Amino acid sequence: MSILVDKNTRLLVQGITGNEGLFHTTQMVAYGTQVVAGVTPGKGGEWVLDGKIPVFDSVKMAVESTGANASVIFVPARFAPDAIFEAADAGIPLIVCITEGIPVQDMMRVRNYLDQKKVRLIGPNCPGLLTPGEAKVGIIPGNIAIPGNVGIVSRSGTLTYEVLYALKLRGIGASTCVGIGGDPINGTSFIDVLEMFERDPQTEKVVLIGEIGGTDEEKAAEFIAARMTKPVVGFIAGQTAPPGKRMGHAGAIIEGGAGTAADKIRALEAAGVRVARHPEEIAELVAAL
Amino acid sequence: MKLHEYQSKQIFARYGIPIPRGRVTETAAGARQIAEELGGRVVVKAQVLVGGRGKAGGVRLAKDPQEAEQIAAQILGMEIKGLPVRKVLVDEAASIEQEIYLGITNDRAARKPVIMASAAGGVEIEEVARQTPEKIVKVHVDPLLGLREYQARDIAVFLDLPREHWKSFIAITTGLWRAYLENDATLAEINPLVITRDNRLLALDGKMLIDDNALFRHPDLAEMRDVDEDAPAEVEARKYGLSYIKLDGSIGCMVNGAGLAMATMDIIKFFGGEPANFLDVGGGASAEKVAAALRIILTDPNVKAVLFNIFGGITRGDVVARGILTALEEVKPRVPMVIRLVGTNAEEGRRLLAQANMITAETLAEAAQKAVAAAKSQA
Repeated sequence: MSILVDKNTRLLVQGITGNEGLFHTTQMVAYGTQVVAGVTPGKGGEWVLDGKIPVFDSVKMAVESTGANASVIFVPARFAPDAIFEAADAGIPLIVCITEGIPVQDMMRVRNYLDQKKVRLIGPNCPGLLTPGEAKVGIIPGNIAIPGNVGIVSRSGTLTYEVLYALKLRGIGASTCVGIGGDPINGTSFIDVLEMFERDPQTEKVVLIGEIGGTDEEKAAEFIAARMTKPVVGFIAGQTAPPGKRMGHAGAIIEGGAGTAADKIRALEAAGVRVARHPEEIAELVAAL
Repeated sequence: MKLHEYQSKQIFARYGIPIPRGRVTETAAGARQIAEELGGRVVVKAQVLVGGRGKAGGVRLAKDPQEAEQIAAQILGMEIKGLPVRKVLVDEAASIEQEIYLGITNDRAARKPVIMASAAGGVEIEEVARQTPEKIVKVHVDPLLGLREYQARDIAVFLDLPREHWKSFIAITTGLWRAYLENDATLAEINPLVITRDNRLLALDGKMLIDDNALFRHPDLAEMRDVDEDAPAEVEARKYGLSYIKLDGSIGCMVNGAGLAMATMDIIKFFGGEPANFLDVGGGASAEKVAAALRIILTDPNVKAVLFNIFGGITRGDVVARGILTALEEVKPRVPMVIRLVGTNAEEGRRLLAQANMITAETLAEAAQKAVAAAKSQA
């Protein structure tokens, strides 16, 4: 067991003929992910990866022909909201958007539209999903993680890789790693993923990697205190970040005194989460559980 | 991206929001001329992208053109929170009966735009929110539906606005909504919106923040960016697609990924050092990008050591190593440099870097400790 993706996931790649899309499709296929179709409007009828994967003009056609049940989006920011709407309207239940730099007002429209449907969006501006040994959907390098019982949820990209790798060096594996993305408005929150990990029998421990900005970590802390039975190790990046400055991620900004690392760490600790002081300590704390 | 008051008000005017007559100028003589054209009393307002201009003496009333010139000369010689004042806005003075706050921003938690209004205008809304939150009304707007007229009317009722002003207030609120929507603002604010003694509504001050990610569809707004107000290194970084923020410490950092960059700053602090900057060199760091990043880090004279923390995922360690070598060739830094390179093709990268005179580290903790020690040895 795992959450969201496994070896039975039938994946569609939106933007499959672009540089990024093609490169990561190759990586995902090499990892063993079942990539069943690609979509690039205007290139329907072509094939990629030596004729192994058919390309369609629309998500709807790809779903009808291949039975795809998840989509990963690699299209540029200006086209990405449309790609998400298209996947949602074609009935794809799981959409993973890797694209960085989508305007926040677009994301508000996307999120409010998706909330009316039974669609789960992961991201945008995220590294995607990895269920070690089964499937990877997105850009998390497959070789830095091994299968195991730790569920990982994170707002960050490379910082997550760091943690997966440190766990692997200690022989600790992951059930599923979920990158929810660094934007202020995204499709899936910490709580959504924590709830899935709490229900997943393979997941026995959870790592939560947050950062400054917003109040998602504080809400996660409330959920952990009230509902989680599995132990959680946390980390918050941005303890040295100055207020009012956007730290790379559109969502990582301390505004009006809210969203500081200190507040988040306090909330998590009050909820019984063991909070690491630096990234490598996360693996130590997990090992000690 | 922040817009100046005069830029924000020009945009507001396009959406039918009444603003005072006035113009911006860079000279005291210009201020005098504008005051002569306007006739009567004027307000001379510093145009800098920081709050608290009033308290700093950057907003002053002048009774005639001569005084406007004197005041403009003083304000144009000022620095407000470290920023030199380069422009002043000269507006006709208004006689104020009541001050209202009206603003639209993004509510992250609700995932919707929110309109906020208060009859306690003219002061910072954060202050009102802290002291008397009951004086603020918040109305969320469905982003798929847009602002509905009844919502604007509800706000007028909350504010106890006399009925004779409702029509005008609804037009202003609708105009502000469209200004927010059509310019991809993250904030569109009128503070204060005043009722004048001659019973008109007037937007005396305006502020807009624009979503940087949306500038691709607003070339006109992108041109409004006042690069004079950004740190030169941050402007330079933006050219190369690097995300750089200068801080006050002595250890320069170059990291791939924003979250890891923040965590690297934090661990420097944890081991007793102070980071000199935030810098995310991004994915697929090319030699050109790495060189630019190193150059930018080293323009800061406080930097006593540089820490490279690169986690090769999709980014390959050997490519980054070649970038660093090219950068070293070009920049020839005189401070010690610590590198930690892990992940994809890291061995190859480390082999390439062995010839360079760099301190290497296996773990992040080790790298941070070595960088802190190296910086201290230089101090």
